[in-house]
Amino acid sequence: MMSWLPENISIEGEEIDFLFYVSYYLTVVVFIGVAVAMAYFIIKYRAKPGVKAKYTHGNNTLEILWTVIPTFILLVFILMTQTSWAKLKLAIPQNPHVRVEVTGKQFNWIIRYPGDDGKFGTKDDLVLDNQLNVPVNKQVLISLKGADVIHSFFIPQTRMKQDVVPGRTIPLWFTPTKVGKYEIPCAELCGFGHSGMNGEMIVHSEADYAKWRKKAWEEKDK
Amino acid sequence: MSETTADAHGAHDHHEGGFWSTYVFSLDHKMIARQFLWLGLIMMVVGGILALIFRWQLAWPETQVWGFEWISDESEGMPEGYVTPNFYNMAVTMHATIMVFLVVMPILVGCFGNFLIPLMIGARDMAFPVLNMLSFWVAVLGAVIMTAGFFVEGGHAASGWTGYAPLSTVPEYTGVFMGQTLWALSLFVLSFSSLMGSINYITTLINMRTEGMTWFRVPLVVWSLFVTAILGLLALPILGSAGAMMIFDRVFETNFFNPAKGGEPLLWQHLFWYFGHPEVYILILPGMGIASELLPVFCRKPIFGYRAMVYAMLAIAFLSWIVWGHHMFQSGMNPALGSAFMMTTLVIAIPSAIKTFNWLGTLWGGSIRFTVPMLHALAFVILFVIGGLSGIFMASNVVDIYIHDTYFIVAHFHYVIFGGSVFALFGGIQYWFPKMFGRAMDEALGKVHFWLTFIFFNMVFFPMHILGVGGHMRRIYNPMQYEFLQGMQPINVMITLSALALGLSQIPFVFNFFATVFRWNAKWFRVLIQAVSALVVGFIGYKSVAVMFEGMMEPEPSTGARIAGTVVAVALAVWIYRYLEKSMAPLGADAPQNPWDANTLEWVAPTPAPHGNFGPTLPVVRRGPYEYSVPGEEADWAPQTETIDPKYAEAGH
Repeated sequence: MMSWLPENISIEGEEIDFLFYVSYYLTVVVFIGVAVAMAYFIIKYRAKPGVKAKYTHGNNTLEILWTVIPTFILLVFILMTQTSWAKLKLAIPQNPHVRVEVTGKQFNWIIRYPGDDGKFGTKDDLVLDNQLNVPVNKQVLISLKGADVIHSFFIPQTRMKQDVVPGRTIPLWFTPTKVGKYEIPCAELCGFGHSGMNGEMIVHSEADYAKWRKKAWEEKDK
Repeated sequence: MSETTADAHGAHDHHEGGFWSTYVFSLDHKMIARQFLWLGLIMMVVGGILALIFRWQLAWPETQVWGFEWISDESEGMPEGYVTPNFYNMAVTMHATIMVFLVVMPILVGCFGNFLIPLMIGARDMAFPVLNMLSFWVAVLGAVIMTAGFFVEGGHAASGWTGYAPLSTVPEYTGVFMGQTLWALSLFVLSFSSLMGSINYITTLINMRTEGMTWFRVPLVVWSLFVTAILGLLALPILGSAGAMMIFDRVFETNFFNPAKGGEPLLWQHLFWYFGHPEVYILILPGMGIASELLPVFCRKPIFGYRAMVYAMLAIAFLSWIVWGHHMFQSGMNPALGSAFMMTTLVIAIPSAIKTFNWLGTLWGGSIRFTVPMLHALAFVILFVIGGLSGIFMASNVVDIYIHDTYFIVAHFHYVIFGGSVFALFGGIQYWFPKMFGRAMDEALGKVHFWLTFIFFNMVFFPMHILGVGGHMRRIYNPMQYEFLQGMQPINVMITLSALALGLSQIPFVFNFFATVFRWNAKWFRVLIQAVSALVVGFIGYKSVAVMFEGMMEPEPSTGARIAGTVVAVALAVWIYRYLEKSMAPLGADAPQNPWDANTLEWVAPTPAPHGNFGPTLPVVRRGPYEYSVPGEEADWAPQTETIDPKYAEAGH
């Protein structure tokens, strides 16, 4: 089933994929165990003439075992997850290579790039609708803002998703590792135009990124 | 149970009420239970049709929905049968709202709660019969308000069943005006209905258990309904308040949730999910209870770990209050909270695991009878396991970053609510039908219904895991608008075809239900049932073969596929027709008092149970509810009123 995952193209996405696989193998093994036991019991203990059911009310040792073992497994699972969660959500990068501000507005992603001063809200900002340009192998820090309703910024190939909430600025960061074009759908119902609210992320090689920047600002100044 | 109450009821035993007091404004818990059942089943048809409409749009975007072409092209929602985006959002929203609040809750809590609690604890009725009646009629009022929303200008609520603000609270964002307000008003009203029911259930259970019915002799389904009632008592007021706040924001221009004017949109999510997660357990606990009830009866064996089952339910009830944040991992809530909520969420998985293992323990060493209720109980267990395990993915806050708001979530909760609650509901209906209506639903028709439903349930909802893994978002109108989803469109088509089959699969159930209730057993009617059921199966068979030959995306099958499909269809149809012809019992024949050889007190009451339930004296309980196959006893069952060998008396505790 996991072959249906789109190709992962971000360093941060590897953490998510790893835990996805852990969950997958864990649950598949448990499911097979339960299903086999159940099928076996159903066949073996079907009603047969002259055979009475066992008279038992349970077994305390078993109860303790099947409480403690899942607890232990889940505890390990929780601990494995929390370092990744902290990396992905709590450790906001202090020196990202690229900073972008994305505003969700029915039904577009409005993407603001700072000019050479590196600051948002100055005259040399570049604003594009639905097009996110980033260089490959560099960490991108996006500040997510909302203009009207809640949206959710989602790039499936980077595994990243974050709700966009009006009135808040929420950070999201990732490091794309592969040049190409990727879609940025909105993942939270945001009105009649929700379906089709879709941006594009272009991951450039470093040289192309510099070229794009030069050209984009030139066009803007025209 | 005080004797005075018993006498007061006893005096009513032979009192014949008129039409209105018997069938409409009845105070009898059994009639109110049946009323809730009808309400839920009728609304299930509405909710199901809405689902099929939006499934159609997902498989064959922007084509005319079959059967709806007659609609005028001036219609806002479905001009000439084409689904518009707003109508699509509305259908998704209302499907969920109706299924949760007007199908599963009325049937599992309203119907089974009302019917079973007094009968199974040996009481003559609920503690507050008038409140009970009010609870039903307030639910009807809620249902009427909810239904009215379909007919107002601008259409019904279209902001998702979760109604996230500010999409739901600022009318301009959706273009829905009255609809969303009626939605909130209806939930406000429905919360009162549930509240009245909860108070009644709790009071009845605490005060009116018959002599000898100690807490640990209470059947597990009643325990589950007790725990559900406590959750309802505490959770529904939160929904009611949130609904009222939404109405205030929409109508009186307050700004609880509107950030443009200083409100806080996440407050809605916190309120909604603080209600919403206990609500999830309100939906599933009675299902667990029904499964725990059916398994011992049809394994002819005591439930495994009775006390563990009770403690697990109490643990779930407590923990369900501190897990709501797992719906909000990606909401913008402080991520540090995400870690805490992940921990509590995985802790709540443990009591569910304990329950599953105890169900398996009950099967072990049993003498299993594969009746229709038992098939549903077994399906419940395995489908609940899938639903529970898929929950591990989204409980992990990291994995949830990717699968949040995708079809993986949709797959997960349908395995829990449909695979769990609805299968339990069908099993419960078939099991208690003889006591509820005095006649038994047919087993052969029930088996046809069960197998079709089981197969197509899995074919509809299992592939949704795959869509979710592929990143397919929820609630999108047209998946073909996204390049990365186009390759998965055949899965969407398969799901929709299976959903249509799942819809058709309910026909045998409808026949079974009506024929039994109204005793329609004429020869021609039996032939009609056989023919229609055979046609349904044959048609599904034909379509399946066509799809196997041609793939999902080819609308017109080739001649070869047609011939093969016809052969398969005829073979299947003949098989079903003959099976039903041979196996269907007389429909609507009187049921014996205790058709399943079950121990619990509802089977001690006469069939149909009169007003007041039991004869002049109330039953006295002398053993636990699941004492099947007791060594030394000749029969493998005995009613709870029989004494038990002292050697085993304490074993059940």
